[in-house]
Amino acid sequence: MKYLSEYRQPEAVQRCAAAIHRRVTRPWNLMEICGGQTHTIMRFGLDAMLPAQVRMIHGPGCPVCVTPVEMLDKAIRIASFPEVIFCSYGDMLRVPGSERDLLAVKAAGGDVRVVYSPLDAVQLAERHPERQVVFFAIGFETTAPANAMAVLHAERLGLANFFCLVSHVLVPPAMQAVLSSPRNLVHGFLAAGHVCAVMGTRQYEPIVRQFHTPVVVTGFEPLDLLQGISMCLAQLEQGRAELEIQYRRVVRPEGNRVAQEQLQRVFTTVTRKWRGIGEIPASGWALSEAYARFDAEQRFDVGDVVADESPECLAGEVLQGHRKPLECAAFGTRCTPEHPLGAPMVSGEGACAAYYRYRRQSV
Amino acid sequence: MCLGIPGKLVELRQQGELVMGKVEFGGILKEVCMAYLPEAEVGDYVLVHVGFAISRIDESEAAEIFEYVEQIEQMSGEADDEPPGLRTAETQAEGQGS
Ligand code: SF4
Repeated sequence: MKYLSEYRQPEAVQRCAAAIHRRVTRPWNLMEICGGQTHTIMRFGLDAMLPAQVRMIHGPGCPVCVTPVEMLDKAIRIASFPEVIFCSYGDMLRVPGSERDLLAVKAAGGDVRVVYSPLDAVQLAERHPERQVVFFAIGFETTAPANAMAVLHAERLGLANFFCLVSHVLVPPAMQAVLSSPRNLVHGFLAAGHVCAVMGTRQYEPIVRQFHTPVVVTGFEPLDLLQGISMCLAQLEQGRAELEIQYRRVVRPEGNRVAQEQLQRVFTTVTRKWRGIGEIPASGWALSEAYARFDAEQRFDVGDVVADESPECLAGEVLQGHRKPLECAAFGTRCTPEHPLGAPMVSGEGACAAYYRYRRQSV
Repeated sequence: MCLGIPGKLVELRQQGELVMGKVEFGGILKEVCMAYLPEAEVGDYVLVHVGFAISRIDESEAAEIFEYVEQIEQMSGEADDEPPGLRTAETQAEGQGS
């Protein structure tokens, strides 16, 4: 496929890795923020191609993983109401809540549906005026424009039976939290290219300056990642800390202005709790006052939600890059994609799922 | 859910209030909302995320990566001090032919 296969050419990947080997003189820890990048690294064995001094630390950029368990418990309650059609991205269905997951609600007769795009959920609301359609609007800045458009479209259609359960999270505050931690090991970041395609890159300049840490906005194919790693290491070796864009074919410094305007209209910045990590100030989006009537949390009374996490799961440690999935005692035994104890084992962007899928032999 | 995929825009049309398009991904056609890329034209490659095109792929930047590989090879000197251990890594990378 064009714009995919050429960035997977083994020969070019090999040459780029060899050049990195010749240039690294000291140990460095790099964090890739996005779980999609973690999966590319594990799938193509890129970490094994790097010099032993370079360690890749996997970041918190897995939207399914960081959605707080309280939010999931709310989703599960709302999905159980008989008048509700509950729509979600597929990954969310197997994520364990305090007691059960959305799949269990479906099995018990709840109307839980997997959608590909939030517009599919709006269409369901249009077709079923007698039902209440709730869309589980999770994700980072990449997914938010789609969810914003779903709300705007529902408004234009005059729908009174479409709601969003919003749990959006934002990347820059999470990077700040990582760097501010007393346990931080990260020397340089690979920032998530698709988030920057929407938001642009200016938000990262204060992080680069404040923490004197290189940030390279990177794509998702093997060559993208190796080039990003090489650019980041070059900065570290030379004592520079700059914001650079590796993923120029997709990311412009100003981002997607049309999307940003709509995001500003529909959402407002709030403090969010990240599953396994805790509260981060100004780290998420909720519906703005003008669109509060689409807010499922206001429409449905779910009572008090007391969240309960598996005591065995180290997801918080894994998501902050403090531990690797293989250091979890439950990994691959009591926790598998079929019977997950934590979200990182379920999600298509979860680090535990990446290790399980591509590193099974070595366990 | 968070993966963006590049595809070729093959059709644009107004559908009610929304500008929609058909995007081809390696032979598979998908309906995509084009509201966030008003400048896109049929024939462009676009990056699609959860049913929405969020960025146009810039052809002139797309090959830059290969020049970069050449550059860092030249800057980092001769290739004969090849580190051990890359053989297996190469085989791993080759195994991803799909
Ligand atoms: S392997 Fe399972 S239990 Fe362990 S940290 Fe990952 S998701 Fe949690």
